[in-house]
Amino acid sequence: MSRSLLVISRQAPWSGPSAREALDVVLAGGAFDLPIGLLFLDDGVFQLATAQDAKALQQKDVTANLQALSLFGIDEVFACSHSLAERGLSPPDNAQPLSSEQISQMIDRYDQVMTL
Amino acid sequence: MKFAIALFSAAHAPSSRRALQFAQAALAGGHEVVRLFFYQDGVYSASNSVVTPQDEQDIAQQWRAFVSEHQLDGVVCIAAALRRGVLNNEEASRYQRSAVNIDAPWALSGLGQLHDAIQDADRLICFGGP
Repeated sequence: MSRSLLVISRQAPWSGPSAREALDVVLAGGAFDLPIGLLFLDDGVFQLATAQDAKALQQKDVTANLQALSLFGIDEVFACSHSLAERGLSPPDNAQPLSSEQISQMIDRYDQVMTL
Repeated sequence: MKFAIALFSAAHAPSSRRALQFAQAALAGGHEVVRLFFYQDGVYSASNSVVTPQDEQDIAQQWRAFVSEHQLDGVVCIAAALRRGVLNNEEASRYQRSAVNIDAPWALSGLGQLHDAIQDADRLICFGGP
């Protein structure tokens, strides 16, 4: 049986390549049919904000890539409720909000954890 | 125990030195390091163009010596490396760049190598990052 991996994405989408590179790890795992979870934590929850204007920053829209998650069979996508509230963001449609306690329990469920 | 070690920081970062010391201690303790995977800014830890002041530790060189001596599987993520200008001979030719700053014992390869190592290892240990 495959070992499961939780990727914790903690960087805002426009703060450098980290958000994209975290997503790349997740999508690569999905491509190999591995059990992968993705948690948006701290500034990582900014990746879930709607109606971002990447062009204004002369960037590619990394948030559009989140739509690829389901295509790669990644359905365990979570967001930290506390991080969302701290930043004034509404609960997202594409990630399940979790309390700090739920996050602790979830981290225990995965075999390996990688924070980017 | 079988360890996979992932590094996300450059040679000048304390976490690169900590990762090296962890890997050395793992081998000294009779454990196995199934693969080193350098990702994000970790690709700089494999660069052979780092020049360290004489009174400081040359961590990139120490990594190179360690991986060579123990014949470890040292993989540098190719996408992360290209983005940061860390190129081996083959990639420099492919993209017509003049600088080559990575060679043996390092191999440039994809994220599949990270997932493969995670599946193979008992523990994934990550260093660096935010």
